Amino acid sequence: MSLATARDIEPPPLVEMRDISIAFGGIKAVDTVSVDLKAGEVVGLLGHNGAGKSTLIKILSGAYRADAGEIRISGEPAVIANPRDAKRYGIETIYQTLALADNVDAAANIFLGRELLTPWHTLDDSAMESETRKVMGRLNPHFRRFKEPVKALSGGQRQSVAIARAIYFNARVLIMDEPTAALGPAETKQVADLILELKRQGIGIFLISHDLHDVFDLADRVSVMKNGRVVGTARTSDVTQDEVLAMIISGKCPAGATPGPGALRGQA
Amino acid sequence: MREIEFDPRMIGMVAALGVIWLGFNWLSDGAFLTPRNLWNLLVQTASIAVMACGMVLVIVTRNIDLSVGSMLGFVGMVVGLIQARLLPELLGFEHPATWFISILVSVALGGVLGLFQGALIAYLAIPSFIVTLGGLLVWRGAAWWVTQGQTIAPMDTRFRPLGGGIEGAIGTGASWAIGLVICALILAGIVLARRRRRRFGFGLRPIWAEGAIAALGCGAVLGTVMVANAYPLPAGVARRLVEARGLVWPEGGLTIGHGLAVPVLLALAVGIVMSFLTKRLRFGRYVFAIGGNPEAAQLSGVNTRKVLTLVFGLMGVLVGISACISTARLNAATNSAGALDELYVIAAAVIGGTSLAGGVGTIAGAMLGALVMQSLQSGMVLIGVDTPLQNIVVGVVLVVAVWLDGLYRRKLS
Repeated sequence: MSLATARDIEPPPLVEMRDISIAFGGIKAVDTVSVDLKAGEVVGLLGHNGAGKSTLIKILSGAYRADAGEIRISGEPAVIANPRDAKRYGIETIYQTLALADNVDAAANIFLGRELLTPWHTLDDSAMESETRKVMGRLNPHFRRFKEPVKALSGGQRQSVAIARAIYFNARVLIMDEPTAALGPAETKQVADLILELKRQGIGIFLISHDLHDVFDLADRVSVMKNGRVVGTARTSDVTQDEVLAMIISGKCPAGATPGPGALRGQA
Repeated sequence: MREIEFDPRMIGMVAALGVIWLGFNWLSDGAFLTPRNLWNLLVQTASIAVMACGMVLVIVTRNIDLSVGSMLGFVGMVVGLIQARLLPELLGFEHPATWFISILVSVALGGVLGLFQGALIAYLAIPSFIVTLGGLLVWRGAAWWVTQGQTIAPMDTRFRPLGGGIEGAIGTGASWAIGLVICALILAGIVLARRRRRRFGFGLRPIWAEGAIAALGCGAVLGTVMVANAYPLPAGVARRLVEARGLVWPEGGLTIGHGLAVPVLLALAVGIVMSFLTKRLRFGRYVFAIGGNPEAAQLSGVNTRKVLTLVFGLMGVLVGISACISTARLNAATNSAGALDELYVIAAAVIGGTSLAGGVGTIAGAMLGALVMQSLQSGMVLIGVDTPLQNIVVGVVLVVAVWLDGLYRRKLS
């Protein structure tokens, strides 16, 4: 094999979800959906509320198990039965609700399920607090309230705790579900900068949002979902915002996009 | 208050306890704050205090256990049966191993019953209120079936010290020794914690605050020892004790103190172990995280069902310990033992600052809560309040305590 052809063979994508389906009580929330994500890429998942975006990524993060379909990580078939499995594959999630235990402090939340222990198998709170100070110093340099329950923090501070939990453990894949929904303009800018920084480090990011403008500047590609199915996938450089808006609202797939099973028939 | 990291609620509870004690002392013309009354008060608190430690964890996970009183009755009957009927036949009457086997069986049986209830709650997703309400009826009925309602007595002589009484007092010398060991542990704990914080470069408490905490802790321990030692044994018992050692009973008599009681030490040990479990081990961290946000705990990879089952298993183990304490104290196993205990245990936990909304509570608070409840009851008995009025007072105090706690919490947030 010559060097040229070796370069032509693309490495397998970081994440491949193929023909994923899941039903709740007879309603197909996700219906034969396929999406993929490469290292250092940001893929926006767009769609109305209830289009199945959050359900799809909860399958990847181990909160739900798919009824059918296959997940491959770096080309290898992966079994993700629970959140612990997902974390073993380096998949970290920032949930829309943040999923923080309100009654314990930042360190306890960041290390929840992965506590640092002393040689006697007791919690090493000092070490966890020390690490928390380091990672929070990167994300939110003004953060001082390390000893207080997360409940007492502001929306932006809570958001940084949730982000710190996702990036502290060297994630390869980051899922962000509506990461800026509860934030002001300055904090939204901060999150955008962080996404670009993580992208530079080669982390693959799924960005879920129902707000087109949020996603368009950051994402390399977008996949649009409607009624549990993929309308189409497109590079953001190949389509306009209006075209993507049409995909979200009516399911019409424009010329620049690859239509999915959910695309409106006869319109492509 | 913030820099010394004191919980103001804890201070409030200690103050409330002080008011109750002084109030009853005044109303009873000085009969409340006597070594004799305080010694009995602590012994009476032990059984509820032990169970309250487990109830804290149950309530922190947003659950409830209504079955502890009935379970105590059932476990107590089984313990009575094996040590008064089964073991004497197998090993012989008053065999040295009887007491130990009894405790082992009691703890194991309690643990198994607790795990069973916990599994129903965690894996079959039946609400804990329903499962343990069923348990309340089932275990009480089972307690009757063990002997068709017959009371079993007496208990083994080596088992009886678990309940307190004269045979359950460890003597003055041993009490001082234990008191000093606990003080040494408190000081060592403070020094070690300070050293750790310095190593990581975190802020330290001012020295005066550390000193105050050390003085308060050691003062409480040594004060308790002094009170227990100041309660004299009856002259007859003291005389037998002296003569058993081959000494001569002096002319003018001799005062020998009780010293700490075994059930009190047992409750203290349970409290220390449970505090360690909740504050220093992963298990405790998970219990609180589940209480704060069950979904978040699960998404973080915590096996919430397993943790929940273990919480109820632990509650059962503590019921087993309390069953031994109350059976030994009564020197009999009756099928009505532990009736209404579930309510006192829940009340102790709640008065001690455990939030029924979940996620908040401390072991030390619950044990203090148990002491507050028992102080109220003993005090009212001492000044001759009728039983119906006692219940009314305890009920009102429970409601007011929770109201005040809620006010404080809302003000905080």
